[in-house]
Amino acid sequence: MRFSLLRRRRSTAAVARERLQVLLAHERPLLARPDLLVTLREDIMGVIAKHVKIETGRVRVKLDHGDTVSILEIDIEIPNAFASALAFGS
Amino acid sequence: MAKVVVVTSGKGGVGKTTSTAALGAALAQAGQHVVVVDFDVGLRNLDLVMGAERRVVYDLINVVQGVARLPQALIRDKRVDTLSLLPASQTRDKEALTEPGVARVIAELREKFDWVICDSPAGIERGATLAMRHADAAVIVVNPEVSSVRDSDRIIGLLDAKTVKAERGESVDKALLITRYDPARAARGEMLNIEDVLEILSVPLLGIIPESEDVLRASNLGSPTLLSSDATVPGRAYLDAAKRLNGEKVPITIPSVKKGIFRLFARRAA
Repeated sequence: MRFSLLRRRRSTAAVARERLQVLLAHERPLLARPDLLVTLREDIMGVIAKHVKIETGRVRVKLDHGDTVSILEIDIEIPNAFASALAFGS
Repeated sequence: MAKVVVVTSGKGGVGKTTSTAALGAALAQAGQHVVVVDFDVGLRNLDLVMGAERRVVYDLINVVQGVARLPQALIRDKRVDTLSLLPASQTRDKEALTEPGVARVIAELREKFDWVICDSPAGIERGATLAMRHADAAVIVVNPEVSSVRDSDRIIGLLDAKTVKAERGESVDKALLITRYDPARAARGEMLNIEDVLEILSVPLLGIIPESEDVLRASNLGSPTLLSSDATVPGRAYLDAAKRLNGEKVPITIPSVKKGIFRLFARRAA
């Protein structure tokens, strides 16, 4: 009886595991590389600029660290004139 | 074709030297020609664990600097004649280890042996990076404990960036050796379990070495063959790990040390 009551509490190993997962997500070299976002931003803009005119100030690149996955958000504003030109062109 | 293996961990005291000696002895007993190399310049201990501390004449630094030839520095094990030790220097500064010098020694060892097992110092400084520099494979020794897991993650990052293989665009084969594991405590949720460690580090498992008094007994006696013998629980675990390192398919079991009345007692005491 005593043991089943004890087991119902969250184990210290589970706490350790969670702390490590959160910590390592921030420490891993690929994700923690200070220049990663800048490089990604330049490369992605280069690809898009080949096809559409974009203003550098209208691009946002964001990396959200999660426990098990991280989300890379890229927000690029394309002026409507170009957007409609694209639509007509296709 | 020789295989260079680094035994590494980042954190100190997790069992790198013990594991280097035990894996080396196990492979040598299987007939392979093995050299274990101590990279812990200034704090050598592999000689002591191997029971060869009174036979050291020349060391790795002497060979790197050309003061001694490699055969003069190699110490052949008295129990297993296919096992040799290249000790570290106890007195010299670790700055004496140069990158080209280490490259030359490793190349020479590759010609003489089937396995070159490098015992890395703790930390991520020069000694540790030079120990992993030429590795084809890495055994990452980890305790089921937060600081050890974190340091292992760091070391895995270095293996993927700072080794010759990584710089060539290839990758070092990595495997985890979980040491000082206590299955009873893990079952009670008091210790990270095997799945937790594997999931966090995402590296395949080489073996599980249980917490056992036999490990201390082996180092007390300077006898690594106690840990590469069927007679002890950690010995069986090291034998199996060595077989897996050698490419054999051996199913992984969670070794259990405590039995019967002791296990019951341990559970009540918790």
